Amino acid sequence: MVGKGRKKLISKGGVRVDGRKPGDLRPIKIKVGLLERADGSAYVELGKNKILAAVYGPREVYPRHLSLHSRALIRCRYHMAPFSVEERKSPAPSRREVELSTVIRDALEPVIFTEFYPRTVIDIFIEVLQADGGTRGTGIIAASLALADAGIPMRDLVAACAAGKVDGQLVLDLNDVEDKEGEADLPVAYAPQMEAVTLLQMDGTLTKDEFERALKLAVDGCKQIHALLKEALRGRYLAVGDVVEAGVKKGKGGES
Amino acid sequence: MVRSSEVISNIERKRILELLSQGKRLDGRGLKDYREIKVERGVVEKAAGSALVSVGGTKVATGVKVEVGKPYPDRPEAGALAVNVELTPLASPTFEPGPPDKYSIELARVVDRGIRESKAIDLEKLCLVPGNKVLVVFVDVYVLNHCGNLFDASELASVLALMGAKVAKYVVDKGGEVKAKAKRVPLPVRNYPVSVTMARIGGDFVVDPSLDEEMVADARITVTTDKSGNVCAVQKGGVGVFSVDEVMEAVDIAVEKSGELRRDVLGV
Repeated sequence: MVGKGRKKLISKGGVRVDGRKPGDLRPIKIKVGLLERADGSAYVELGKNKILAAVYGPREVYPRHLSLHSRALIRCRYHMAPFSVEERKSPAPSRREVELSTVIRDALEPVIFTEFYPRTVIDIFIEVLQADGGTRGTGIIAASLALADAGIPMRDLVAACAAGKVDGQLVLDLNDVEDKEGEADLPVAYAPQMEAVTLLQMDGTLTKDEFERALKLAVDGCKQIHALLKEALRGRYLAVGDVVEAGVKKGKGGES
Repeated sequence: MVRSSEVISNIERKRILELLSQGKRLDGRGLKDYREIKVERGVVEKAAGSALVSVGGTKVATGVKVEVGKPYPDRPEAGALAVNVELTPLASPTFEPGPPDKYSIELARVVDRGIRESKAIDLEKLCLVPGNKVLVVFVDVYVLNHCGNLFDASELASVLALMGAKVAKYVVDKGGEVKAKAKRVPLPVRNYPVSVTMARIGGDFVVDPSLDEEMVADARITVTTDKSGNVCAVQKGGVGVFSVDEVMEAVDIAVEKSGELRRDVLGV
């Protein structure tokens, strides 16, 4: 896909269009517990991605026939706001959104102790307010935090990050231009304590050796993000602890 | 690719697991063996290209149609590709009539990714009037019988249909009008993506899972490679997980098996 006369995406000194080095993540900003009505919620910015996730449940399943007798049903909706991309996106779910909703659901369910809540549903809603490449990963991060914020017991916290190939080089955490014009994109979700890859997709062209290196790079990115997620949650609960200690009954959403 | 409404008896589930622990499968195959693959090309004369592929009991027909249409705004000088999958209600008691659901959308998008990312069709050759008129290649996958592993059957049928497709020669006259000539030319197919789907059952991988194996599987992984053995699409499915080493094991198996399929089934 390296077009004729296209602007280079990595300079001779190995600097990317947004000033990063190949192995750098974009700046990340996390807020946990900011939606009062939701059982759990989180807001994540990764570069220019702005994504909000909310979790409702465990709650009664409607329609009822979907309920599972031995475990909770996990439902997930990934959705992009019409104003989140350059050209207005129709609010009706696209084929891409239907697919991503499914793979994100499958990426999160392995860490949830669904067997604790039979005949209930846990609904995960992800809204992309602004998209800048890597929205499924950023959505997973936000959803993981929202699940934790909802107090849902989990085996691990799922982190996510993409790796890919741009201008012939392997890079971490592709932005929008790199995703669209690069040679390959490999989104990964990873649960570090379980050492488990829970989401894996790829498009583009990579040799087997490049694929292996890209996968390891993405997993390493996930580990870095996992540490940031833990820190954000700890910050959130320390803040809650402070509020409780101060004798205020209702804690407001903490920032970190 | 298994709906929650599919059921399998506990005794069959147990038997599958028991056999696997001895390295055996219910239908007698080795862990890396495909079921028998049968191919019929050009089964529908009205389509530009078509193929009927059966993988064991799984049957998939793909028809290719080509029309003049508008290019995508971000690729004004390239033809367009649209892959669609119909899970017809005659293919399984769990398939119902209606618009494409998440199962058929995921299947269509994985097949699409294999064709698109391997650059199987030279789309730039399908441009008629840059920014205005291009050829749009419609790949319609029709699932006729679901006995497991719809991914690989669909990818094979689609690539075979494209390889055999013949379309009218289009010319642009001085007034910018597009005219179809009687002469038929092949589509510019230059790569042959092949997907290999594996199910993970306990600690084992089985290649080309049958329906009953899909029902007991923890997870699925589809790895699509191009004719040079490069990886061009990957999709993990299902609730189970993989370690990094397991993913690489799957890629190794896919590279090996796709070479065989390309030679024996596609004949390239």
